[in-house]
Amino acid sequence: MRDGIPIMLGYLAVSFSFGIMALKAGLTTFQAVLMSLLNLTSAGQFASLSVIAGLGGYAELALSQMIINLRYCLMSCSLSQKIDPQAPFFHRFLVAYGNTDEVFALSSAVKGPLSPFYSYGAILVAVAGWTAGTFLGAVAGSILPARVLSALGVALYAMFIAIIVPPSRESKVLRVLILAAMAVSTVFTFAPLLRDISGGIRVIILTVAVAAVAAWAAPVKEEMP
Amino acid sequence: MNVYLAILVMAAVTYLIRMLPLTLIRRTIKNQFLRSFLYYVPYATLSVMTFPAILSATASPWSGLAGFVTALVLSWKKKGLILVSVCACAVVFLMELAIA
Repeated sequence: MRDGIPIMLGYLAVSFSFGIMALKAGLTTFQAVLMSLLNLTSAGQFASLSVIAGLGGYAELALSQMIINLRYCLMSCSLSQKIDPQAPFFHRFLVAYGNTDEVFALSSAVKGPLSPFYSYGAILVAVAGWTAGTFLGAVAGSILPARVLSALGVALYAMFIAIIVPPSRESKVLRVLILAAMAVSTVFTFAPLLRDISGGIRVIILTVAVAAVAAWAAPVKEEMP
Repeated sequence: MNVYLAILVMAAVTYLIRMLPLTLIRRTIKNQFLRSFLYYVPYATLSVMTFPAILSATASPWSGLAGFVTALVLSWKKKGLILVSVCACAVVFLMELAIA
């Protein structure tokens, strides 16, 4: 749970702005909080607001969620290998609910097999932050000064960096992979044509491409940690 | 469009995406390429999501960059998650005070 605290801080900031936007899009406070509790997906929820406000259909909504959240599929594939094989099977159904970018990041940083109870701790703190932030944003959109909100915006990314960088000290492959991934991500974000690809799809394409090239060029020999 | 129904549709799609791989892949994957691929996925996806998005996460790209560099340096020194996050936030806050 302690590892989940940076997630909670970051989630508070992000979901706070989600709460504000959800009310602007015509949702009630209760609906906004319910959506946060059931979905627990930042990019997906932000995207859904434009579909709901724009009166798109359910099919459009489902499709957009599928594309934006397809990255979780990769993450769950990865977790399926990481989760403690001794743990009873039903845990997988519960762990799946909370497999967000950030919880996944923490889970993959665990040394050895992943205990479901580690996940539950992180998920609990994350869900608390995410729903509380949504509620606060919806109820009192202006209690935090913009400057504080802006500073909190960097918390999640700083946590990602704190997860990927330390193992890369010992591995040149990881150093190259991280730099290359950030470089192609930059190209895809700004280059003409490529920048028209939506954020969710960009993450999927680049993750698959980068990880596949790495797996081909530098297969992991030892047992996976 | 019923908002509650919309929320349920979203939740169902998102949960299935997360749940199916976790429950369908029960065995340890033997194929070396696949194992390596899955091992690299977190690093690739977190890198892609972090940069350049971090530059637009704050009020100014410069403060975002300052936060990015702070996090890089501290995590290279193997500081903990919380310390890295808090310091990056603090640097962004101070930087924006200085710019304004």
